[in-house]
Amino acid sequence: MDILAKERKVKELEKQISALGEGEVVEKLKKEIARYKEKEMTRLTAWDRVLLARHGQRPTALDFIQYMSPDFIELHGDRLYRDDPSIIGGIGTIDGVVFTIIAQQKGKTLEENLERNFAMPHPEGYRKALRLMKQAQKFGRPILTLIDTPGAYPGIGAEERGQGHAIAQNLLEMSEFNVPIIAVVIGEGGSGGALALGVANKVMMLENAIYSILSPEGYASIIWKDANMAPKAAEVMKLTAYDLKEFSIIDRIIMEPLGGAHFDKLKTFQDTKNAIMEEFSKLRRLSPTELHYLKNNKIRNYGFLQRFNYDNLGGIKR
Amino acid sequence: MTNIANTLHKRKRIKNDLRIVQEQSSFIKAQKMDVPEGLYEKCPSCNRTVNMKKNIDNDYICKHCGNHFRMRAIDRIRYIVDEDTFVEKGLGFITLNPLFQDGYEEKINKYKKTTNLDDAYIYGYGTINGQQCVIGVMDSYFLMGSMGSVVGEKVTKSFEYAIYKKLPIIIFTASGGARMQEGIFSLMQMAKTSAAVAKLSRMGLLYISVLTHPTTGGVTASFATLGDIILAEPGALIGFAGPRVIEQTIKQTLPEGFQTAEFMEEKGFVDKVVHRKDLKKTLAKLLMFHRRHA
Repeated sequence: MDILAKERKVKELEKQISALGEGEVVEKLKKEIARYKEKEMTRLTAWDRVLLARHGQRPTALDFIQYMSPDFIELHGDRLYRDDPSIIGGIGTIDGVVFTIIAQQKGKTLEENLERNFAMPHPEGYRKALRLMKQAQKFGRPILTLIDTPGAYPGIGAEERGQGHAIAQNLLEMSEFNVPIIAVVIGEGGSGGALALGVANKVMMLENAIYSILSPEGYASIIWKDANMAPKAAEVMKLTAYDLKEFSIIDRIIMEPLGGAHFDKLKTFQDTKNAIMEEFSKLRRLSPTELHYLKNNKIRNYGFLQRFNYDNLGGIKR
Repeated sequence: MTNIANTLHKRKRIKNDLRIVQEQSSFIKAQKMDVPEGLYEKCPSCNRTVNMKKNIDNDYICKHCGNHFRMRAIDRIRYIVDEDTFVEKGLGFITLNPLFQDGYEEKINKYKKTTNLDDAYIYGYGTINGQQCVIGVMDSYFLMGSMGSVVGEKVTKSFEYAIYKKLPIIIFTASGGARMQEGIFSLMQMAKTSAAVAKLSRMGLLYISVLTHPTTGGVTASFATLGDIILAEPGALIGFAGPRVIEQTIKQTLPEGFQTAEFMEEKGFVDKVVHRKDLKKTLAKLLMFHRRHA
């Protein structure tokens, strides 16, 4: 039984109990449900977390922004081709500090999702993000990115306008900025499309978010030639926040309420905001040079390998 | 006194190590692609058969349709770099299995044996028509040239070597993308290599990237498309998402010639499509234009 089935069961029971009215028995049943949730929803499998990260009611980037920065002003367009609705960007204050905020936005309904292209950005989206980040660099503003995408869009138009080039340019420029950059993976972090906003001083993840090289379905179809083995792939790929923290790919996990972020949105927003401000208060003490150095040092050390050093021997002639 | 003895002893040991490595390298040197006369293969582009030996003599170009066959990294170096000038750097990297994937180590060992490489990328110092430079080549015969931790590290090292020597760098890319088996570590190599390009750029050094068949996925979305000058071989597949993925997503067949080098040149993402026979000449010319007047 996966997490969605458990959630349905809890919802069903809660509905039945609310119909009963009040009384001692009801209180008892409520406690019973709480115990069930405690027991069944704490230890999640990787596939459960994938399902939660893609949950239809999961708060989207705009929900986070509306709570954290009520005075947010959205800025549009990449000045080259068009405005990509799957990436939103703009300026707003969080606790009185002005941030440039860039986020990938999923829709809540089908129409909204079609408009947002299921948060799969085109190159112009990445170029818009880059334009706004350059602006932030110019005015010395810190940058906050919220990552939530299945991946960059694979389509004819996207290829014609240089999807690969746009992502590469983002990676290069983001490593060169010397303003504080904080990235938070709030849902799905899919491959290069997510990394293009994720080269940051501090990378954080919500507890039930995922961050991986491709979708579990894609992985299963490449390695085992069967997309139905996605649950197994999710287990093997090590894509949960806890795994990535262990690999020190991310710096911090933001805890979610029991059963996922959509059970208590306000608490999720509050915790996320607190975590962001806590990390920012550490980063703001550093000079631009230190920020640049520390970020590049961190990026340089990514990888898992061993080496027997021959370099002092002068190399091999071939 | 003991210091001197120690130093002498150390030097002796290093010399011994060097001898071992050189013996190994001579073994690699002997591994020239040796094909008997009577072998034929099918050209993937025009479906006609070509004699393998004659094809190799013709720089791996199909004599019927001019299709450029894939080249092994070692052959590429022999073809581009002046004879007896290439010195390989960055040896001894060992690919590990960070996610404990079944069968990954066996796969790596198999490819190590067949290609004689540490991983899908080699780099070193060499001269092209007398012009000094750093050269890196990806090998698409090694697990589709995919970029894992070791490839990412070696690419980064090659940029750092170019910075250290203050030399221009040329990289031939041929890759299916990031390596699935190493998961998130492969993804992070994209950031690492891009940051290395930024560092090279800051030092004012030249980076030429030559896109060969196939260059897709995570490599396209990192160092391959960040060159100061981007060349490509005719007919090479260049793109971010593979053609099969795009067809599945948009549910229609792709137009003829989509994602080829010529297509990318037309759309403005490749500086020039260069025939393999002109490649060395073009590279030498570009290097000469950027020579530093010291």
